[in-house]
Amino acid sequence: METVTLTIKNQPGLYLEADSITPDAFAGKKAEEIAALPVYVGREEHRLGDFFEVSGKAGATPEETKIIVNGDLSRVKYIGMKMTAGEVVVNGNADMYVGAWMQGGRITVNGNVDAFAGTGMKGGELLIKGNAGNYLGAAYRGDWRGMTGGKIVVSGNAGSDLGTFMNGGEIIVGGDVDVHVATHAEGGKIVIKGNAKSRLGGQMVEGEIYVFGTIDVMMPGFAYRKDVDIEVDGTKGRFALYEGDLGERHRKRKGQAIYGKLYQRVEA
Amino acid sequence: MGELLIKNGFVFDPLQGIKGDRMDIGVRDGKIVETSALSSPKTIDAAGMTVMAGGVDIHSHVVGPKVNVGRLFRPEDKLFKSPHKSPTCNRMEMGFSVPSTFKTGYDYARMGYVFVNEAAMPPLHSPHVHEEIRDTPIIDNAAMPVFGNNWFTLEYLKNHEIENNAAYTAWLLRATRGFAIKVVNPGGTEAWGWGLNCEHIHDPVPYFDITPAQIVKGLIEANEYLGLPHSMHVHANNLGNPGNYTTTLDTFKLSEGIKPNSKFGRDQVMHHTHVQFHSYGGDSWANVESKAKEIMDYVNSHDNITIDMGQVTLDETTTMTADGPFEHHLTELNHLKWANADVELETGSGVVPYIYSPSIKVCAIQWCIGLELALLAKDPMRVFMTTDHPNAGPFIRYPRIMKWLMSREAREQQFDAFKHKDKVIEATNLAGIDRELDLYEIAQMTRAGPAKALGLAHMYGGLAPGLDADVAVFDFNPNEPYAPDDIEKAFGNARHLFKTGVQVISDHEVVSNGNKRTLWVNARVNENPQVMRDVKEKFLRYYTVTLNNYEVTGHHYLPNPYVIEVDATE
Repeated sequence: METVTLTIKNQPGLYLEADSITPDAFAGKKAEEIAALPVYVGREEHRLGDFFEVSGKAGATPEETKIIVNGDLSRVKYIGMKMTAGEVVVNGNADMYVGAWMQGGRITVNGNVDAFAGTGMKGGELLIKGNAGNYLGAAYRGDWRGMTGGKIVVSGNAGSDLGTFMNGGEIIVGGDVDVHVATHAEGGKIVIKGNAKSRLGGQMVEGEIYVFGTIDVMMPGFAYRKDVDIEVDGTKGRFALYEGDLGERHRKRKGQAIYGKLYQRVEA
Repeated sequence: MGELLIKNGFVFDPLQGIKGDRMDIGVRDGKIVETSALSSPKTIDAAGMTVMAGGVDIHSHVVGPKVNVGRLFRPEDKLFKSPHKSPTCNRMEMGFSVPSTFKTGYDYARMGYVFVNEAAMPPLHSPHVHEEIRDTPIIDNAAMPVFGNNWFTLEYLKNHEIENNAAYTAWLLRATRGFAIKVVNPGGTEAWGWGLNCEHIHDPVPYFDITPAQIVKGLIEANEYLGLPHSMHVHANNLGNPGNYTTTLDTFKLSEGIKPNSKFGRDQVMHHTHVQFHSYGGDSWANVESKAKEIMDYVNSHDNITIDMGQVTLDETTTMTADGPFEHHLTELNHLKWANADVELETGSGVVPYIYSPSIKVCAIQWCIGLELALLAKDPMRVFMTTDHPNAGPFIRYPRIMKWLMSREAREQQFDAFKHKDKVIEATNLAGIDRELDLYEIAQMTRAGPAKALGLAHMYGGLAPGLDADVAVFDFNPNEPYAPDDIEKAFGNARHLFKTGVQVISDHEVVSNGNKRTLWVNARVNENPQVMRDVKEKFLRYYTVTLNNYEVTGHHYLPNPYVIEVDATE
């Protein structure tokens, strides 16, 4: 695997839209060709090299390409957008849309990410060592086709509206989350190892939510069914199983309605 | 404005019976003229290219509140779907099925279109309709206010007050700067206010105790009483339901025995729109089948009716209609988001996204039915190309529909892409139809025919001297061999477009915002104190706005009005 290292040298006056920072766009290119890739500030087009020091070279294919991005990237959007393979390591905080619509490969962020990380994700791994903003692994605004595959792991906390319209894949949050979890979900799995606030599973049709800590307010559309002993992401425990959202339509299998499932740990 | 000579193109002009002859077209001061009348024209070389009049769209939802609801509640319709970056036009082009006003104007121009009739204007929101028309560059627009669920209309028709209904109609056309009488699910949208619908033409409308049949017939009579340019333009009851073709035929029959009274050259008294959605047999989605043959047998043998296709384009799109109950029905089917609105005494509407997938049998059957309507037409001057934009698909697919109509090979390619090909062929007639339309017939369906049906054949749809100089030049040589996709490519990207003599597209690039106009009909009737009293009374009692704030007046709304005067005072 070949490695390309980007180090930010000029901060953009506004925000930098850098959806060209992907193994797919870099593959087969030398440093000077990578520096010539387009990035946008507002409606103005610039070169990636106007903002970043570029060293190393890419592999022949995305699979053989690793990108390391260094510095304060809190004004850089769309890192790893739509990537299909390879690896991106971000050493710093990144702005919105990290790994949005990603299909494969792995992104590791050694810092925090702002909103919309993993939006519409289809596959691959997105590892966030710090905190995530709002709309983690959610659908794009207005769309009903949210995350369908892949895995997002956040070591810290996540903001509100995670997994909106989730249809598949997995989101694991090590810390706490804000309001609105798996709204409108029709599949997928969300694990919250810390505490949750309220509105978990609103209009949820199918899918699973696991909460290890507290839930401030349970949705009235969820009904307690029974306690179950299960193992979640390597942790064994007894969980209270709730089903919902009872106000939504639900498909049936062998005459039985299938509900969204919300598990809350009652004892370790 | 200067002179132009468009030389040596293959000209298709049904108005003059020209079928691809190599000809020159002369233009002076925005009108077509005899080439002998030109003194020192700028010459445009159209050798080896197809030359037609500017396209005329008889039914398309491009402006107004429900279109804007579609734009607002579908941000995902813009995502990665606004790729066009023009070096010459800098207004924001975005959106796929519900494009921005700017993209609407530019994209119609790119297809060589110059006139688009907005299919449904809620009268109360006519200021918004006209603001968006104003912001849609290049193309001329007209807008049809909806009458079929309007309390005034329902009450006058219930009491058989033909003259009062005509006077109110004339007043509303003037107040809204409207162009023609539109009827959407007559009585059904009003019934939706009670959570009900009118699925058949004899279902009574709650409270008003009048039937859709009476509404349609009464509005045809009002239309002919006034002698309007266009006929009554109807979207009948029972849209989109299996077995609905009988409702459609029943609606057609309401026009029987009525003759047009119009000085504008049309022969029909009823235009039935997006007939594809109204031509279904069977009694469930499991056994739905094409009844296009039965529908076209009727249309072909009754020359006081015109129709348009409402062709399904197999895209992800946004449905929007004043047929409120239908949109509720649709959201129950596909579980996607739904917007619903009630417009006081006048109408309602709904908006729901929809995906016409080639993998779904019903969508493929719908695709067949639309094409069957056009291919079974004996008179292409009475059957027009539309997608009921954006309901059956976005208007930018017109060139693709041309390809399907002109090439059996292209249709077979699409059949092969259907998941349920055999079941689709079994439920439809299309696979057995060999007909391939030629460019003359396409020009009838997209230019001369709709212009005539709209009562605008004195302005649009042809290339005879005296008409507006709307001329489209396409990179297509009809005398050379071509692949089906060449049709779609050439007619989606005009080489040149002239609108009233102004060059709007030059070498495929939009170079001018044109000289757009808003057409409306000023129908003068004898003074009618009773109707004016009724109007004042209803505004005082029921409307949320005063009469003074209702009428569309002022330069702000219609910077370039084109008024068509109609005198119905005798």
